[in-house]
Amino acid sequence: MPEFPPEATDRTASERAPETASETMPETAFETASETMPKAAQKTAQKSAPKTAYDTAAEDPGEDPGEADKAGGSLWRDAWMELRGRFVFWMSAVILVVAGAMAAFPDVFAGMGPNESCDLRMSKHGPGDGAVFGYDIQGCDYWSQIVHGTRASIMIGVAVTVFALLIAVALGLFGGYYGGVLDALISRITDVFFGIPFVLGATVVLVAFPGHGMWAMTLVLVLLGWTTMTRLMRGQVIAVKDMDFVAAARMLGAGDRRIMFRHILPNAIAPVFVVAMLNVGNVIAGEATLDYLGVGLQYPDVSWGLQLNVAQTFFAEYPHLLVFPALFLTATVLSFLMLGDVVRDALDPKLR
Amino acid sequence: MRYAVQRLIQAVPVFVVTTFLIYTMVFALPGDPILALAGDKPVPEQVLDVLRERYHLNDPLLVQYGYYMLGVFRGDLGETFTGQPVSELLQDRWAVTAQLAVTAWIFELVVGIGLGVLAGLRRGGAADTAVLAGTTFVIAVPVFVVGYTAQILFGLNLGLFPTAGTDEGWPVSYLLPGMVLGSFGLAYVARLTRTSLVENLRADYVRTATAKGLGRRRIVGLHALRNSLIPVVTYLGIDFGNLMAGAVVTEGIFNLPGIGQQVFQSIQLQEGPVVVGVVTLLVMIFIVANLVVDLLYGVLDPRIRRA
Repeated sequence: MPEFPPEATDRTASERAPETASETMPETAFETASETMPKAAQKTAQKSAPKTAYDTAAEDPGEDPGEADKAGGSLWRDAWMELRGRFVFWMSAVILVVAGAMAAFPDVFAGMGPNESCDLRMSKHGPGDGAVFGYDIQGCDYWSQIVHGTRASIMIGVAVTVFALLIAVALGLFGGYYGGVLDALISRITDVFFGIPFVLGATVVLVAFPGHGMWAMTLVLVLLGWTTMTRLMRGQVIAVKDMDFVAAARMLGAGDRRIMFRHILPNAIAPVFVVAMLNVGNVIAGEATLDYLGVGLQYPDVSWGLQLNVAQTFFAEYPHLLVFPALFLTATVLSFLMLGDVVRDALDPKLR
Repeated sequence: MRYAVQRLIQAVPVFVVTTFLIYTMVFALPGDPILALAGDKPVPEQVLDVLRERYHLNDPLLVQYGYYMLGVFRGDLGETFTGQPVSELLQDRWAVTAQLAVTAWIFELVVGIGLGVLAGLRRGGAADTAVLAGTTFVIAVPVFVVGYTAQILFGLNLGLFPTAGTDEGWPVSYLLPGMVLGSFGLAYVARLTRTSLVENLRADYVRTATAKGLGRRRIVGLHALRNSLIPVVTYLGIDFGNLMAGAVVTEGIFNLPGIGQQVFQSIQLQEGPVVVGVVTLLVMIFIVANLVVDLLYGVLDPRIRRA
């Protein structure tokens, strides 16, 4: 959009507002996940949804656009004060730090390298001397194998979420801000990708391109996973862009880019950020599911999903094959979900 | 009414593009299906040409897709490369998946809303904490781990349910798989109901009702709950499509001969027509479910019709 004089821009913005704003809602409870909300639902929600942290925080600064950022900062500061006192926060944080360390420096934790010094005679032996977690089907030390499996899950989970978040922020920001044809186009494309069933869609792509490694998996998961956050981001942008401080910034002569990145983005990102955190957990679970189905990572890659895939045949007699990777997987996913949960609570003063 | 038509028109391009995308992806699978059909034996060029002509394999992809969609709307999902109609192949399997999905769905609906109400009425209480912790846990454990654990525990060790197969018919054989499949959605429904109820109990109209002297039961049951369930109904509606599509894993664990199992085998055997057929139908279900929910919404919430 070219630079309009303040008046003209203002008018176009307010003319645009009714049809676009009514289509989305400022997401208050993330459990209501934008993915599940049809347009109609969003319409009412828009009207009934109470103001959330970022809304109120955004309104405070009034007419001085410079203070919008400070208010955004204090929102996060408040959240941090709240988080510091939560046991759940520290517990998930500790688990995630340990998992992150395992992913970054597996050799510190594991006794053996991946698929190293395996002894087929020890195949499937349960926990015992020298191997706290027992041995896997190839007779490798299961503890070492599980530690090495951490990297695949954490890396894919984080990488997919980061890429999806970047796409979501870009599309949501531009679509929500400019509206019109661009917005309609983005929304319909989002609908298309949203309509593809996850497991089947991923399976089709992964089978079509065999011999894929971690980055191909990441790509597929991003392709099928960017829609939820994009919808949420767009809704947030639309809710924020009609606020007084945006109008104030525009009247002071701020350009589109400055308004988008300095004023709207900081005030719209909080709930998207929370969903991103929850998303890491979901991606990890999804990746493990694909591994488990046999279409994801392949031997000699090491991942929890692959270990569970092997375990499915033997779990009745050798439960340790199923229990240990499942435990690690669940603990990691759970930590991301709980972290997202407490951060949401901290950002949302309604629940205090 | 204008609203309904508008939503319908929006759904059409989404449907076309989604199915075309799936169609392209599936038929981009490497390998020549006609040659694969012949196996090791050399095939005369003429035979190849006739077969290619018959399956429109020489036409551009867009034209092939056009032929295909025409067939779909006539109830013809095409044939597998061995000549068996896809619709015939899927007929019995749809029933299995549908039964499974319905079981899971009822489970989500009844138990999920029940737990949500229990938790929402006493926010911060013991039941609330338990529901919140339990549902977070259920969401975090991947469905195949839940499946195997349930199978060992309730099927094998306790013998409460059949472990696998559909021998005992609906509902007995479908109870355990249904619960496993529905566990994720159940957790969502419970949390959604809880959040929504908590918010509604704080609304002005509830205070008004209390001030008028209405009983607690009437306030919750008639006023708050009815409004709280609006987003839940939405989720339940859309989730039905997810349940149908997400049954692959559950069907595998409990050895239920549904479409999930079939389509998974077909993907690995590169039987494109079956894959596209199933996914197209699933996308249709998904989009129709979305539409129905949208329209239902207008009925549940008069504000939408007037908007």
